[in-house]
Amino acid sequence: MIYATTPSQTVGPYFAIGLPWPDGPFAVPADTAGAITISGTFYDGAGDEVPDYLLEAWGADGDGNYADLWDYAGPSKVPGFRGFARCAHEDGDGSYEFVTLKPAPVKLPSGVVLAPHLDANIFARGMLKHVVTRIYFADETAANAADPILASVPAERRETLIAKSTDNGYRFDIRLQGPGETVFFAV
Amino acid sequence: MTDPRTTEHDIYDPVLDTPPCYYRESADAHPPLDSPQYKSSALRHPKQPLIYLPQNVTEITGPQLSVRVTGELDNDLTRQHAGEPLGERITVSGRVYDTEGKPLRHTLVEVWQANAAGRYLHRWDRWPAPLDPNFSGAGRCVTDDEGRYRFTTIKPGPYPWGNHYNAWRPAHVHFSLLGRAFAQRLVTQMYFPADPLFPHDPIFNSVHDDAARERMISRLVLHESEPEWALAYNWDIYLRGPGATPFEESL
Repeated sequence: MIYATTPSQTVGPYFAIGLPWPDGPFAVPADTAGAITISGTFYDGAGDEVPDYLLEAWGADGDGNYADLWDYAGPSKVPGFRGFARCAHEDGDGSYEFVTLKPAPVKLPSGVVLAPHLDANIFARGMLKHVVTRIYFADETAANAADPILASVPAERRETLIAKSTDNGYRFDIRLQGPGETVFFAV
Repeated sequence: MTDPRTTEHDIYDPVLDTPPCYYRESADAHPPLDSPQYKSSALRHPKQPLIYLPQNVTEITGPQLSVRVTGELDNDLTRQHAGEPLGERITVSGRVYDTEGKPLRHTLVEVWQANAAGRYLHRWDRWPAPLDPNFSGAGRCVTDDEGRYRFTTIKPGPYPWGNHYNAWRPAHVHFSLLGRAFAQRLVTQMYFPADPLFPHDPIFNSVHDDAARERMISRLVLHESEPEWALAYNWDIYLRGPGATPFEESL
């Protein structure tokens, strides 16, 4: 028998009561060798910065291992690597920032290689279910060109999934609706 | 492949059951992001169609951090201050399952809610209902070996909001579940039985299927209540389980 899932409901305006973690934005301790900062701004359909939202990111470490116990590609051997960042803003300027390691490419058993990427969830008031996007990296030109997921995205929208290099990491803005709308995925 | 049961991580049995992909839900399993009755969804839904993402290692793995982030009293919202909060003391408990009915053990459950008067301890909540100095309204716990969670709390009150004239939310507790994998992530709300505000709430009714709405409503379970102490509400949560068609997910 297959049971039906419990439906999603909005995170609402008051999630900051329960969801922020003191070390939420640190998927890895900040002093870890190779740690990068990924930052950006989340915009709504009017082009306004969203002051209250929850962003979570999940991905592999620099060896392609996950902070997961399954042997497929883990567990990570990097001390303190959680692989999971949670940014919970209740009254911000729309920006987020988290610290993690740049993931390595993932080689699948079939031989297909996935370009370095993070998965991200975004939750907010006004959203009855979270949306899922992916963060790729601008300096991985060759790997991005060979990535089957990016290839499945219409060429003119691919850029919305690629984080731009900055001094200490990458910048990835998210537009929920309208011109330059970020690509969101059905997982 | 080493047997995870023989490693120092042996409490995380779900690792043995990691499926190659998760069940693809039907389009109406969750409320549409574009739900005009819920006005703030207007500028907060994508207009472009979602793009199919074959599930792979990033989607079928997930953070395993339950033990690290919970404390002993985190699941009792009535004992976080010097005094007792006002209101109806209740327990809220249940099990977290996947769609095959298999319990998810050791997974993180986080909750937050209004107090008995319907007021959140949040600076944006400014309607004139009293705050309770003995109630913060946040809790967390980790499911046990059989997938059970349990909270002791105060029954939250309904409260007004600005969606439309005289709009009131039915009483609810917000739930956040990490599940075992990124693909299982769920944030939802638990409601109480026979709430007279149900017909008037665009968030509850954003779920169009009658049976699906029922799955968000807890049950009063008298025989689990503690006499002279607390009424018991029971609510089981179902996250996506293994998918049946891994071929579609292969790359």
